[in-house]
Amino acid sequence: MSTVSTTNTGPALKLPEKHYLNATYGIRSWLLTTDHKRIALLYLASVTFFFFIGGFFAMMIRLHLLTPSGYLLSADTYNRMFTMHGVAMIFFFLIPSIPAVLGNFLIPLMIGAKDLAFPKINLLSWYIYVVGGAFTLYSMVTGGLDTGWTFYTPLSTVYSNSAVAPAVVGVFITGFSSILTGLNFLVTVHTMRAPGMTWFRLPLFVWAHYATSVVMILGTPVIAITLGLAAMERLFGLGFFNPAMGGDPILFQHLFWFYSHPAVYIMILPSMGVISELIPTFARKKLFGYHFVAAASLAIAVIGFLVWTHHMFLTGQSTYAALAFSFLTFLVAIPSAVKVFNWTATLFGGSISFDTPMLYAFGFLGLFLIGGLTGLFLGCLGVDMHVHDTYFVVAHFHYIMVGGAVMGYLGGLHFWWPKITGRMYPEWLARIAALVLFVGFNLTFFPQFVIGYLGMPRRYHVYPPEFQVYNVMSTAGASILAIGYLLPMVYLTWAAFYGKVAGNNPWPATGLEWTTPSPPPTENFEVTPVVTWEAYDFHNRPDLGLDVPGHPEITPAHGHD
Amino acid sequence: MQSPLPFFPEQASNFAGHVDALFLFILLTCLFFAVLVTVLATYAAFKYRRTSPGEVGSLGEGNTLLEIGWTVIPLGIALVMFAWGAVVYVNFRTPPKDTLDIYVVGKQWMWKLQQPNGKREINELHIPLNRDIKLIMGSEDVIHNFYVPAFRAKMDVVPGRYNTLWFRPTKIGKYHFFCSQYCGTNHAVMGGWVTVMDPAEYAAWLSDEAGDVNPASAGEKLFTQLACNTCHLGNGTGRAPSLNGVYGGKVLLADGTTVTADDAYIRESILQPKAKIVAGYQPVMPTFQGLVTEEQILNLTAYIKSLQSQPVPAKGAGVAPATTGKK
Amino acid sequence: MHRTGALYGQFNTLEQQKDTASLGMWIFLVTEVMFFGGIMLAYTINRHTYFHAFAMGSNTLSIQLGGFNTVVLLASSFTMAMAVWSAQSGKKKLIPMFLTLTILLGFVFFGVKYIEYAQKFHHHLVPGRNFDITYCVNNPSKCEDMSAEELDIERRELADAMEADPHLNAHAQLYYSAYFGMTGLHALHMVIGAGLLLWLLRNSLSGMYTPEWNTPVDIVGLYWHFVDIVWIYLFPLLYLIDRHK
Repeated sequence: MSTVSTTNTGPALKLPEKHYLNATYGIRSWLLTTDHKRIALLYLASVTFFFFIGGFFAMMIRLHLLTPSGYLLSADTYNRMFTMHGVAMIFFFLIPSIPAVLGNFLIPLMIGAKDLAFPKINLLSWYIYVVGGAFTLYSMVTGGLDTGWTFYTPLSTVYSNSAVAPAVVGVFITGFSSILTGLNFLVTVHTMRAPGMTWFRLPLFVWAHYATSVVMILGTPVIAITLGLAAMERLFGLGFFNPAMGGDPILFQHLFWFYSHPAVYIMILPSMGVISELIPTFARKKLFGYHFVAAASLAIAVIGFLVWTHHMFLTGQSTYAALAFSFLTFLVAIPSAVKVFNWTATLFGGSISFDTPMLYAFGFLGLFLIGGLTGLFLGCLGVDMHVHDTYFVVAHFHYIMVGGAVMGYLGGLHFWWPKITGRMYPEWLARIAALVLFVGFNLTFFPQFVIGYLGMPRRYHVYPPEFQVYNVMSTAGASILAIGYLLPMVYLTWAAFYGKVAGNNPWPATGLEWTTPSPPPTENFEVTPVVTWEAYDFHNRPDLGLDVPGHPEITPAHGHD
Repeated sequence: MQSPLPFFPEQASNFAGHVDALFLFILLTCLFFAVLVTVLATYAAFKYRRTSPGEVGSLGEGNTLLEIGWTVIPLGIALVMFAWGAVVYVNFRTPPKDTLDIYVVGKQWMWKLQQPNGKREINELHIPLNRDIKLIMGSEDVIHNFYVPAFRAKMDVVPGRYNTLWFRPTKIGKYHFFCSQYCGTNHAVMGGWVTVMDPAEYAAWLSDEAGDVNPASAGEKLFTQLACNTCHLGNGTGRAPSLNGVYGGKVLLADGTTVTADDAYIRESILQPKAKIVAGYQPVMPTFQGLVTEEQILNLTAYIKSLQSQPVPAKGAGVAPATTGKK
Repeated sequence: MHRTGALYGQFNTLEQQKDTASLGMWIFLVTEVMFFGGIMLAYTINRHTYFHAFAMGSNTLSIQLGGFNTVVLLASSFTMAMAVWSAQSGKKKLIPMFLTLTILLGFVFFGVKYIEYAQKFHHHLVPGRNFDITYCVNNPSKCEDMSAEELDIERRELADAMEADPHLNAHAQLYYSAYFGMTGLHALHMVIGAGLLLWLLRNSLSGMYTPEWNTPVDIVGLYWHFVDIVWIYLFPLLYLIDRHK
């Protein structure tokens, strides 16, 4: 390999002459591309679109809840707002965000492959996503959707007066995009690794995506068939979930949560993967307990499939079932705790810098800690009987999905932006944005824990006046949060065109993706790389140009072939 | 109510103290870990901050003992939380004997509640202090959830089945109750007030304006109207078993098994009579599905319950004899 | 179009390409298992709750037609396996022959399925407003394809089932929801399989598949066998619940 010494201290860096962005031109070259990097950008554009749609609905919700009697929206409109917020954010933003954007872009680069195993299927998955999204948008503009993102029957199949069928069909279709992405990742990790890239040299980002893919391929088909049956029930009057016809609405909940609980791990595992890249890079130290963190990802994926009825402790299900599922819920908390401890331990003895991605990693750590620990309250039967379906739950899952998943996503975007675009974002602005996000997020969602415990149920368009103070705080926080999301959107776009040229490896980081030019060429690597170093090993990488203190292995025997 | 920024709702039931204590236990444990990780991370971030651009971290890469430690210790603590929570929940799911039973029907978007003597309320519930209350709840349409924050108790109300929710109010006062399972347009206004009264006041309130019919006597009337009484003769000589003493007792079925005659069994027997046939009888009863409303079923159940104290005939009893003489 | 043994750009060796393709197909089949698993769970729970209605519904199916189709599919699995074997052992002439046989058997299956579906429409056994499990018994003249003896058996069974479950019609409709849902999904998979087989046939006629490179035959074979296996489950689940005694 010929790419050596590329810290950003050298004289005026230049972008490579040919790279994946300028390899071909024209709209066709994008819409028919099979290059995983371009498909990742197609996904980036589409998930960002849905993020801002979902964000708009969130803003309407928060504005409406400023006063107890809600001056802004009618009950029906409010119900549509929170439903469509959930559907857009969960199915069209959070689930595809990190896997389909960062995972798509990075997995082949990280394992030294020229592309994913099935490039055409990769493109197909994006088209499926777009078609599913179109159905759901159609539902949003023709009557909206007011069932809650959980589509509980018989409300969704019999009683709702909104455009349920196209939305359900849209989510059904999008599920296949997720299945194909997961399938592609699994096969790619198994068969496309470069020589020397053993399983335990894989970056933990890849391990996390491997675990995520397992969840995607095992869980998504179940939600697909479930929503398929619900759609048939809505359209043709089948009765599987309709008690009036002998069906069982609780069966729907079992099938729904069998996927939708593991889906939470589809959202958070990739984000954990990002954090496992950021912390070693900016602490310039191997990740503490690599094997344990990798195993924790798999443990979460597996145990995550066995906890679904903790969403149903109060449906009247058997007490014994509740006991078993509560027990398993406490078990699934352990691997997450192990990860947090390992990340923290990595910091000790490191050489820590506070570049923006690291600020996001710290933010993630704090928010995920709160989100994860509050999960214990909900998994605990004796507390859940009080806080179930209150704002406590709302706060908890926003801490995980927004505090955790989105912080990881933004941290990852900043970290790899120089690789994706070849240019740096404005560092100080980015640090301020990270801080604004952290403050805004906590102000928005922390008060919701309190109103939750006070007993305010979720999905209320009006509420008793004693809850107002906390709702006002929450709305104030949401407006700060909105600025926090708009800022990166603006400066990252700017930086993609006008940012300072980054060079191959600006941080520097140890992953294979940083050994190729930024932006990478279409075929990723000029020569198939041969891996001779362990993950996150800064000491045996003279090509990074760091001052390794008097280490015997400084002779440049590694990283060349 | 209390301070402008309250953190705990009022404690007004037997569960409230337990749930709050458990909540505080988990809260303190979590705070300990949150503070621990935050302090460690902050300390490390400053102690090991980068001092020169080319600096690298040390070589450490793991410690199996530490890993085992921070897997096993949290697991132990989690199991304590689980066990404590399980104790509270099992108590919550196991209603005591001799409860004051109130029938609750949820529908889009109101609650209909009925006292044992038939007094009806809409979105209001009056109950006596320090008495075990059991709500027997059904839904006419979608899934609802009956939730009283001050009691720390809630339960889904699911169409097609009965769920029960019990509690013992421990403090006189007026408390919010909510629907806490999203049920459509006016989900947020589907709630009301629970009034916990001194038992003497409650008794007075109950007998006041007795315009409403006692559900048992309404049920008795229905029993005649629907001609149930032509087969279910009290003395056991009819084509169908006597219902005296059936409620709460064991019923021997044609297939040799026994079931407990609870609300769910009676409801099923009215709506799907062929599902469980009492031993020694022919499946001749027609279904009443579509002919009776949920409320009427509740009234019929209340009537059958009132027959609990009636003398059980020696022959033709619905309830199984102590020694199961199978014929 | 890739010619014989084409190596796609993202791979380094043919070996790697083959491993990748078959691993991909196996993982896809796992997702299929989960997909059918969901509807089978819904079926199982309802069958448990409404056994009499499900047994009654099952008895209105023709075991002869269902059994015949089972044999047809098993035979097609055999011919498919032979096609894979021919490709692997370089018998280039045999590949298209066995593929053609497989396709033909697939179409026989469709034909029989069509007869069955048409009969269900005719007998008012399609879930919806017109669903009526008693239709043939009450309108024997409209069900001229049923013999007097068959109608007799059905009348007796219907009376027994009504006795056991007064909402037989509603619950039998759940059975037929499961029947059309499951066989419909299975048929959809067969249609896709038939499309893939036609594509293989075209390529095999130009002699594209060799012992060195026959991955498509191999993985389409996997898929076809999977679809057959699904039917092996569907047949007892739908046809053999509680046959006439």
